[in-house]
Amino acid sequence: MTLPQLFFAYFAVSITGLSLLVVTRKNPVHGVLWMLVLFVHIAMLYLFLNAEFLAAIQIIIYAGAILVLFLFVVMLLNLRVEETERRFQWSWPVGLVAAGGYAVSLIFILVKITVFPQPGHYTIEKMQTEGNLMIIGKVLYTKYLLPFEITSLILLVAIIGAVVLTKKKQE
Amino acid sequence: MVPLSWYIMLSAVVFSIGVLGFLMRRNLIMVFLSIELMLNSINISLAAFSHYLQSITGQIMVFLVITVAAAEAAIGLAILMAFYKNNPTIKADEINLLKG
Repeated sequence: MTLPQLFFAYFAVSITGLSLLVVTRKNPVHGVLWMLVLFVHIAMLYLFLNAEFLAAIQIIIYAGAILVLFLFVVMLLNLRVEETERRFQWSWPVGLVAAGGYAVSLIFILVKITVFPQPGHYTIEKMQTEGNLMIIGKVLYTKYLLPFEITSLILLVAIIGAVVLTKKKQE
Repeated sequence: MVPLSWYIMLSAVVFSIGVLGFLMRRNLIMVFLSIELMLNSINISLAAFSHYLQSITGQIMVFLVITVAAAEAAIGLAILMAFYKNNPTIKADEINLLKG
């Protein structure tokens, strides 16, 4: 095994283990905090794939905004009573069988898959000379301008929806 | 050099763990967290394809997915809060208002 493969093996094992920890912890706060460690590992995997911008927004948006929102809601609901109860639904074996079968079938399909790469313009050398962020910015504001604008609409809908859903009813 | 298929395998395994959490957990917050896990696994595979096909499109799709995930988390947790105000439970198997 070469050094990059060893690095990848570490990340693969730790990401799998951490995601298992996330879905099995009884206390939701512990689950969210394990998710934080998982997101840091995924950000490092992005660095490994020459995606510095993605690593940065993974930390800033996911760990900084979304997970804080989750923690905020967990603490707001104050679920101290629920920690003593069972954590899985009664139908959990069905879920286990479904997810296990899904994983096995997905892996059997993916073993046979072959990707024929048609190398694009954005080689690693170009990324390093021009900068990952500059390339993403150029492409995002020219070729993918419409999806970018639609994304802003989605965020607007999310803001209005969150305000409307949580505000008190007018008597 | 790490083969592309390793990344796709990792993505598939993490996605399956997310499906497992989505189907098994009772706490609705953990169900939402499992959805975030699934979105993250897809992001891993998109970034890997972007790197190996030497195209920037995958990274831009990851950017869009992260935005949608943020919107989804905000709306989902707002629905959760609105529901909790009416009947104080967030157990997935105790919420059966729409059951006939």
